[in-house]
Amino acid sequence: MSGPRTGGGDSSPVTVFSTCTVDTVGPDVATCTLNLLRRLGFDARLVRGATCCGQPAWNSGFGTEARRVARRTVKALTRTEGPIIVPSGSCATMIVHHWAELFSGDRLARSAAAVADRTEELSQFLDRRGLADSLPERTGDTASTTVHDSCHGLRGLGIKGESRRLLAAIGTPVTECGTAERCCGFGGTFSVKMPAVSAAMADEKLDDMVASGVSRVVGGDLSCLMQLEGRARRRGLDLEFRHLAEVLDGADPDQAATEGDRR
Amino acid sequence: MTPTVDSPPVSVPVHFIDRADRALHDEQLRAAVRHATDLLMKGRQVALGGLEDSDVVRDEARRIRSRVLSRLPDILDRWATNLEARGGHVHWATDADEAVEIILDIARRRGARLLVKGKSMASEEIHLNSALEARGHEVVETDLGEFIIQLAGETPSHLIAPAIHKDRYDVEKLFTADAGHHVGPDITEEAGYARRRLRSSFLEADIGISGVNCAVAETGTIGLVENEGNGRLCTSVPPVHIAIMGMERIVETWEDLDVILSLLARSATGQPLSVYTNLITGPKRPGELDGPEELHVVVLDNGRSAALGTEYAEILNCIRCGACLNVCPVYRQVGGHAYDSVYGGPIGAVLTPLLNPASPGGRELPEASSLCGACAEVCPVRIPLDDMLLRLRHRDARADSSRMRRLGFSAWSWLWATRPGYALSTAAARRSRGLASRLPSRGWLGAWREFREIPPMGRRDRRSRP
Repeated sequence: MSGPRTGGGDSSPVTVFSTCTVDTVGPDVATCTLNLLRRLGFDARLVRGATCCGQPAWNSGFGTEARRVARRTVKALTRTEGPIIVPSGSCATMIVHHWAELFSGDRLARSAAAVADRTEELSQFLDRRGLADSLPERTGDTASTTVHDSCHGLRGLGIKGESRRLLAAIGTPVTECGTAERCCGFGGTFSVKMPAVSAAMADEKLDDMVASGVSRVVGGDLSCLMQLEGRARRRGLDLEFRHLAEVLDGADPDQAATEGDRR
Repeated sequence: MTPTVDSPPVSVPVHFIDRADRALHDEQLRAAVRHATDLLMKGRQVALGGLEDSDVVRDEARRIRSRVLSRLPDILDRWATNLEARGGHVHWATDADEAVEIILDIARRRGARLLVKGKSMASEEIHLNSALEARGHEVVETDLGEFIIQLAGETPSHLIAPAIHKDRYDVEKLFTADAGHHVGPDITEEAGYARRRLRSSFLEADIGISGVNCAVAETGTIGLVENEGNGRLCTSVPPVHIAIMGMERIVETWEDLDVILSLLARSATGQPLSVYTNLITGPKRPGELDGPEELHVVVLDNGRSAALGTEYAEILNCIRCGACLNVCPVYRQVGGHAYDSVYGGPIGAVLTPLLNPASPGGRELPEASSLCGACAEVCPVRIPLDDMLLRLRHRDARADSSRMRRLGFSAWSWLWATRPGYALSTAAARRSRGLASRLPSRGWLGAWREFREIPPMGRRDRRSRP
């Protein structure tokens, strides 16, 4: 691994909204996102006091409950500075596209709109600012990698080439699977309301990944990765699942942990 | 194993999840649906590439359809006036019962013994076949897929490919039983059998029944697209033609029709145009050799007008191409019968609870989606299907959910509306993940663990929050 290059950030402030999924099942995705942004020269801070964007309840048809939770997050994010970077296409879509309706008529409507205007998904943020070239290039990483395009990032935010360009910049070629754009079957509460259908959806992608000979699956949404990894483990498949932030952070897991702790 | 023609009727489970589970265990069905939908989607992609700019055409189609809906009564009146001026009869049916009565009356008046049918989803919607058969009329489906389905005693499982869930070996069994000698599994042989078998029906039929893909108001025309020629035979050989038309299936001008037709076959089957495009403006005229003596069009409301002017109005823009079914990852796994509705897939999951707002079976269909949005992405008239699925959840979820579910969301929302509640619960979740993998579990956790591990994410466990 070559040494980290800095640049682009100019010590400008950015805020990372870690999301409830990251906080619950993969806090190191937040660590890696912060590490990455700091190495790129940003004054990256994790938002304090935010909880969830409200999506689990919103997509289940429970608007009041979704708003109750999301209000906490709006208030917390309103107090922050700079672009709000979300390591999840799904949560970013909720904020960018659905908060207007969620907060329609609410006294926090304007704050929510202001937060939505500042919100970007991680790969979108990096790609828009041309930061791919400032990422640490890695050598010796030979894992055959494919990308899973999470539905909301892909169709809600139009994210597709971003992750490929970023991975190419760090020297990780991507093997495309034919099912890259097909839903993994997570779908929030869908995964537990219709578990058999959900697993069948995951299976079709996993079969395609195995047939394509890839060993590592990179995605921008931890929830999709949790679904795919959970099913792959049940089936005993030899596949590794990593969030894009972890891969771009460029450190092996243990080293990332050390850096995170040292900060 | 696939069910044979002799297998006894199996009762249909009440809930989507149970019907889906049954389909998930039918490997033959799943393979057939995957294979066919893949082919249709590939075809669509190639065919849309044949348009100079398909996105522009789709925008235009959406505008055309939305303009029609905004003035639907006027446009229908104009169409009816023009068709009647050319000798056609227009009947207005508020619901399925009225539509059936209108058709039964005509059949009775004509003393009809045999009716031949082209493919018509509207006729499925009003359960026409069983009503006709109950009155002693014989009905023969003449679309190959519908013919197969009729022999199997089933209902269509796809908008444009009704027998999509069957493969040629299923058809071999059905046709062999029907013929009394061996037919198939060679597809050409099977098609040949159907052609011979159906030919006499066309010639003997007293009435031909069809659907309508798109009517044209300025001339009082009805348009019918198909690939087998059976539609043309149904609408031109028997002395009476009855067309059943959903009230929204209309455009104003032939220019508008051109836009719709340029998208319909491309989106449906990947063809630039279907093999037959039948454009019918009235019955046989004096001096003409072909065509029916009588042409009747039954315009069916059946719940549609309730959607007009609402946030769901755009669902009536649908041109029934089936692309949303082909691309839907849920439909792809379970097929159309899991929806237990005339209309399956994403369009069915939206249309069914709108046409039947009080039906519990329809109201649960919006849950049969991961909200991935692939349906809206391929819709030729850009209906925001995933948004509508979500809106319908908002319409019905609270009333239809179990008390546990409502309480669960409420408790969750109060907990996560506070920072300490959130911090405590996420920390507890992180710490107990190992435990959650071992404890016997029910509810959501159990549903997860039935098919999946809880990913240990070991590397993540060693780290605390930054």
